[in-house]
Amino acid sequence: MNSYGSRPAPTASTFELVAWLFMRLSGVLLLILALGHLVIMHLINDIGKINYEFVAGRWSGELGMLWRGYDWLMLILAMLHGVNGMRTILEDYLSPGRRRILVLTVLYVVSFAFLAAGSYVVFSFRRVM
Amino acid sequence: MTFYRGKEGQWSWFFHRLTGVGVLLFLFAHIIDTMLLGWGPAVYDRVISIYAHPVFRTSEVGLFAAVLYHALNGVRIILVDFWPGAVRHHAKIFYVMMTLFVLSMIPVSYLMLRHIFNE
Repeated sequence: MNSYGSRPAPTASTFELVAWLFMRLSGVLLLILALGHLVIMHLINDIGKINYEFVAGRWSGELGMLWRGYDWLMLILAMLHGVNGMRTILEDYLSPGRRRILVLTVLYVVSFAFLAAGSYVVFSFRRVM
Repeated sequence: MTFYRGKEGQWSWFFHRLTGVGVLLFLFAHIIDTMLLGWGPAVYDRVISIYAHPVFRTSEVGLFAAVLYHALNGVRIILVDFWPGAVRHHAKIFYVMMTLFVLSMIPVSYLMLRHIFNE
């Protein structure tokens, strides 16, 4: 174990190497997307002014699809990055066996359901009066 | 949680995990509140206004801090992983990142908390 708070690139399996690379690549994209989102919503705007009209305006018009794309890319990257991070932590604390499989299955099923629900909202939203 | 002669690497690792789990939990909550858009303006506006409560505004500064810490420490991890020379300076890079963190959080906290006193 190194002491830099980092992890060397795994060599045991292709999946682990891809996951390791994904965490770094998605991390850089999320640095821009998620911090950008926080700056837009909390610093440029005021969270007290954000309401249905704000979201509806942002998700419609000429730039509507661009903002929906931004939000969806951020959603899917954050979910995959978060779930894979959670998997790393759980695999550290749960020894291989039925309990680990059960916990990881619950993680994957719940996060897939949330990802599907979130994606549906981003792309199905239509303004109602 | 086992700590082995905790130095910069250990603490950065611990907080990276803590902030990561915290932000993931918030993501789940944020998906639920965004789903309420489907119930129309009355429902969405009533629920989303909770985020403007002083207790929530203060927590949102914590959320911002968690994302910013995770991002800056993530950059440090990538530097150490991909730039061979960085390993020798990992502790120094950590302190540079934490300085950036503190310097950013001062104006961020002001900008986010000032509304509490303006209401």
